[in-house]
Amino acid sequence: MAEKTLSPRRVLAELTYDAPSIKRGYAGQTLYVNLSDNTIAARPVTNLMKEKFIGGRGFDLYLLWHGVDDDTRWDDPENEIVISSGPCGGTTQYPGAGKSIAAAISPLTGVPIDSNAGGHFGPYLKFAGWDAIEVQGKAEQEVIVFVDAPAGRITIEEVPADAPTDTHVLGKWILEHYAESESDRQQMSFVSAGRGSEHSRMGCLNFSLYDRRRQDLRYKQAGRGGIGTVLRDKKVKALVVRTFPIAGNLNAPADLGLLQETGAEMHQEVHDYDPVQNRMRSRGTPYLVQIMDDYDLLPVHNFKFGTHPDTPKINGEVWEARLTQGLPDGCWYGCTVACAHAVDGYVVRSGPYKGQAVIVDGPEYETVAGVGSNCGIFEPDAILEINFYCDTYGIDTISFGTAMAFAMECYEAGILDEAKTGGLELTFGSADDAIEVLHQMARGDEFGRIFGMGIRGMQDYFVEHYGADAQFVRDIGMQAKGLEYSEYMTKESLAQQGGYGLTNKGPQHDEAWLIFMDMVNNELPTFEDKAEALHYFPMWRTWFGLCGFCKLPWNDVVHPKNKLSPEPQKIMHHVENYQKIYEGVTGTAVTLDDIITMSERVYNFQRVFNIRLGYGLRQHDAIPYRSAGPVTAEEYESRAERYDDQLREWLGLDPAQMSLEEKMAAHRQYRTERYQKLIDAVYARRGWSNDGVPTLEKLRQLGMDLPEVVAVVEKHL
Amino acid sequence: MIRVNNRDEVDWREGLTVSVLLDRLGYTYPHIVVTVDGQVVYEEEYDRRVIPDGANVRLIHLIAGG
Repeated sequence: MAEKTLSPRRVLAELTYDAPSIKRGYAGQTLYVNLSDNTIAARPVTNLMKEKFIGGRGFDLYLLWHGVDDDTRWDDPENEIVISSGPCGGTTQYPGAGKSIAAAISPLTGVPIDSNAGGHFGPYLKFAGWDAIEVQGKAEQEVIVFVDAPAGRITIEEVPADAPTDTHVLGKWILEHYAESESDRQQMSFVSAGRGSEHSRMGCLNFSLYDRRRQDLRYKQAGRGGIGTVLRDKKVKALVVRTFPIAGNLNAPADLGLLQETGAEMHQEVHDYDPVQNRMRSRGTPYLVQIMDDYDLLPVHNFKFGTHPDTPKINGEVWEARLTQGLPDGCWYGCTVACAHAVDGYVVRSGPYKGQAVIVDGPEYETVAGVGSNCGIFEPDAILEINFYCDTYGIDTISFGTAMAFAMECYEAGILDEAKTGGLELTFGSADDAIEVLHQMARGDEFGRIFGMGIRGMQDYFVEHYGADAQFVRDIGMQAKGLEYSEYMTKESLAQQGGYGLTNKGPQHDEAWLIFMDMVNNELPTFEDKAEALHYFPMWRTWFGLCGFCKLPWNDVVHPKNKLSPEPQKIMHHVENYQKIYEGVTGTAVTLDDIITMSERVYNFQRVFNIRLGYGLRQHDAIPYRSAGPVTAEEYESRAERYDDQLREWLGLDPAQMSLEEKMAAHRQYRTERYQKLIDAVYARRGWSNDGVPTLEKLRQLGMDLPEVVAVVEKHL
Repeated sequence: MIRVNNRDEVDWREGLTVSVLLDRLGYTYPHIVVTVDGQVVYEEEYDRRVIPDGANVRLIHLIAGG
């Protein structure tokens, strides 16, 4: 290999190693890095870890649990960032099998957050010989952690003072300083954040992939919960991995033929039905924008409304025209769903990169709905501008969008004004001022510094410093457990209120998305039906994160034979595919019951982890009233016919004889009480006490009565 | 009158097809499992499949989101 001359790098610590052979999806060891004392160590993957925690999110939580104390806070050196893909991560024969899952104690919630991303890092790390990386401590100066498998070396390296921080320029700097050849670019991946992560609690992680067709870097985000903030607090510029040439058998699967056969069927299904179903290959997730609007479910103006006449300006058709077509936009090799689209050549219109032509990865549905409709912004270019800066500054677009919508409503309600925002007019639709807040977050100054605390921080601040009505800001602030809501309206779906509220990490839809089953299909008419769905779907979806799978190929393209299934929502023919892929990689056959049990073990462990850190009880599963019903007269009157009908049908009241205040109060009492009844039903189904604590009986049944787990639970039962 | 998803009462008219019903309800999602009195109706039949008065119609959206 013709090596180019690289700049000298100052190595603070080094570990040499021989990358082990992967066996059936596992490298058999994890990598521990401590930035406070510059230690690097290999740790074995034990049988207990594989049996009870599987990999991915399971490994993350297991390692994090043993790295922190009961009172560890997000910015303590003991907090860790753990990243793992899982045994099936890196499979190239089946679509969506290259996810990385990251975890840390969240700056927003104070409990473990797990967040997944595409990109190449997780699988590359495993193929470099490590099932997970665990980063603890805080560096004294800016560092890069470099896992260099071909050289058999791991280093902690001091980064020169002039090295950039924002991801899209840092990426080019990393390639310039670390890639020795063109093939290295394809064999390298890194995780980074940006300047916005330094001054806010909603920092995201960017996971890189080198796009051979574009000959440029692309990024996928593990957005939720502020893990990017933790990365920058540790003074880490990037975690970089260089691995061996990629091939289809690097997992050393137990049955490669089974993977190929199962994958070929699925690829054919994607080919045949995606063009007439969700069109992920041409539109990606924004296909959902218009559908959500059509069903009154698109968040508009801080979740006040579910539809807006300007939605066609930002719907899937618009994005299909803006997204670059004809490129294989998978975020991992072999993914034919290929939804990871991008806008090429976007010319930045503000801030430090004004005038640059850049690649904007996405936008995803969540970004369009969050920074678009929810903020009253229906300009595609403004959405792209925010998307680009969120990514390069290392800020979660979901938290940014939901928090901005909250700030805008506070502005329109008179809680904020131009004096408090430094001259910004944060009314709904004020795109340029919203973008300016992003730049302020990156600089850590002015209103952006307050905004960067997230909704929970802003709620406290506005009450304490601006005299805001505490009840009102609690009602309209769409956060639970401290995490901002993702972008779906839940007022008319009690099950989805639980899908957000009864999560471990906070309101993110990757656990359960039940709005259509509940609200439109009426498949969950009783509390018990909802509780069953709030058991099955979170457990099924948790399993993706244990193994390294993406959720999208499960239910975003479906064979017509599924219509004849007795339970079409479960998409059982795809469940069977996943059973085959898991068996094909690991050599272990699993039933659907086995899968649910595997997830339950990790899910209950995470619940107990929350309890250990002082949360995780019933009081912490509360939701803002905006997610359950109309907070303001404006909201009620926008759907007065619906709400009046409900008073008659549900409560036997005559709305003609009631004032607006009385009608809203009746709704509030009814909707609040039924959420509590839902909690009762869900806790019972999950095997938890009335206070939300997993019972000893449940833990024993799952084989999760580990001494450290029981010690936490016993204090609360 | 027909009953949709075991809940909604919808006015029936002579010649009501699945396509017309979906349009009236504003159901735009491209992948819906349709059954009329328990029988699956495939997409290619939507325009000609007439729904009888009093029918029990299920319109199951196969959308499990993000």
